[in-house]
Amino acid sequence: MHLGFEKPAVLLLEKIQELRAIPDTKLASELGRLERKLVRIRRRLTARLSPMEVVQLARHPLRPYAQEYISGIFRHIEEIHGDRRFGDDQAIFAGFGEIGSTSVAILGQKKGRTTTEKIAANFGMSMPEGFRKAQRLVRMAERFALPIVSFVDTPGAFPGVEAEERGQAEAIASTLEALLSVPVPTLSVIIGEGGSGGALALAVADRLLMQEFAVFSVISPEGCASILFREASRENAHKAAGLLKLTSKDLTTLGLVDAVIPEPEGGAHWDKERALALLKDAIEAELAALIMQPTQERLLKRQEKYFTMGQHATRGR
Amino acid sequence: MAFLMARREKPEENLWVKCPGCGEVGFKKDLGRNLKVCPACSYHFRMSAKERIEQLIDPGTFQEMDVAILSRDPLRFKDSKSYRARLKESRKKTGHAEALVSGVGLLSGVRVSLAVFEFGFLGGSMGAVVGEKLLKAMLRAKEERIPLVTVSASGGARMHEGVISLMQMARTISGRLLLSKEGVPFLSILTDPTTGGVAASFAFLGDVILAEPGALIGFAGPRVIEETVKQKLPEGFQRAEFLLAKGMIDGVVPRAELKKKVATFLYHLWPPAKEACMKKWAKRPKEGASVAGNGGT
Repeated sequence: MHLGFEKPAVLLLEKIQELRAIPDTKLASELGRLERKLVRIRRRLTARLSPMEVVQLARHPLRPYAQEYISGIFRHIEEIHGDRRFGDDQAIFAGFGEIGSTSVAILGQKKGRTTTEKIAANFGMSMPEGFRKAQRLVRMAERFALPIVSFVDTPGAFPGVEAEERGQAEAIASTLEALLSVPVPTLSVIIGEGGSGGALALAVADRLLMQEFAVFSVISPEGCASILFREASRENAHKAAGLLKLTSKDLTTLGLVDAVIPEPEGGAHWDKERALALLKDAIEAELAALIMQPTQERLLKRQEKYFTMGQHATRGR
Repeated sequence: MAFLMARREKPEENLWVKCPGCGEVGFKKDLGRNLKVCPACSYHFRMSAKERIEQLIDPGTFQEMDVAILSRDPLRFKDSKSYRARLKESRKKTGHAEALVSGVGLLSGVRVSLAVFEFGFLGGSMGAVVGEKLLKAMLRAKEERIPLVTVSASGGARMHEGVISLMQMARTISGRLLLSKEGVPFLSILTDPTTGGVAASFAFLGDVILAEPGALIGFAGPRVIEETVKQKLPEGFQRAEFLLAKGMIDGVVPRAELKKKVATFLYHLWPPAKEACMKKWAKRPKEGASVAGNGGT
């Protein structure tokens, strides 16, 4: 369940766990020393990651998923189900919860931990009915003046026959339309894989945040490699990952992401509690700032943000 | 996305054209005279942006705009060839600076803001320039209070500009929202092919969405779907007729009838268009009288 480059940290962790199992108080100082060493090793793991290694961290099988963050951050959670048209997509969570003393509407792209969960969530790939359920939540948020917080983590919208039959393209387009036009404050966080249009559908917001080792890309490195190099070998995918500028650092430099939320040393999965605390603090602060802004001013700012999105990438106007 | 680029047919290579629909061989010139529709089987060949403008806009009335907007190659993207070199090649090949041609002109006498994709330019892919030109076409429609007509032919977002391309989906929808607010009509025409980030953004948000017969329209490309589901896709899947049957578009319109159809929708939705159409049609009563005209003016 670990990546190749994580091996030194995993070996040390195993040793620490063995020592912990021994009921000897004299070992306490030794344990403390090893634990500090583990943090140092973890920090070194992510000090010089290649873009593809960041992709691997974003897809890490132990990485916290939207469900875990949502249940850790919000109180009194209630979920809504179904798009009232076709069905209930298990790849998208939609519901309500409370952070601080503010009730919010929550959207989250789910992935499963066990095989059963994975299949239920269709490996995180949403169907049109999932996006339409999200639109229902957006409309409710507007009606009841609730800010919207969304968690993005998907390899992409499902590319399948039924999805096309039920209008995957229209579902994504109208979700974007709904989120861009809703007058309530909107906040989105990319917590893992931000895969193309399916991720973007929930990633348009007044403020778009990204966890340090999350990625956001127009196409997967593998998909890009198979187009550019005719073969999606590991080596080619590595090359493609570098070309696509998909890390939080790259995307902040390009002005496409508003802020990066730091992760524990080595990545969120090494210390889920701290990852959650860091994320919660960021969401609370961002929400407070958004709520303070007068609505008209905020909406104009949102329009300006998307009107000028990518303007720096052109010349000759 | 770029997966469509490989299977692009090139009917203009020489004097003769073989129809991919029925295998019939004919003169390229004759095909051109027939709006690039096979006289034998009605197969709709792809059109260039220039041909499309000639088909839809009254002769001599089109004014191209935003010609000089160019990509800065924000990612410094380079695989076997640099993105800059690819842009240069596409410019030479198509005679256009980018994958979208936009401007204003008269459509059956109605002034419209028009934006047409050039599929020959990197598969009609949408990067920052295409997004910007679309936004400007929308803003023009809003400022001048004239309808917006778009003709899509695109594989989707442009890989070479990464997330900047992806964000053009949101950018164009922001522009589209202005038109909704102002009550300015937007007619979206989908031609072969319209997929990925273009389909999943402004193109599927037209007040009226029309498509050409046989056009491939969808979110994921057929090859990607086949790889996912590990089976051959049924005949006609993701074609315009299929989308009409599924309730995703308002009509499948043969090329010869397209201009008339667009004008008639504008006639109903847009009072100034009603006047302009009435004037135009009064001069040529025959054309105005039939429900499905020949598309000429």
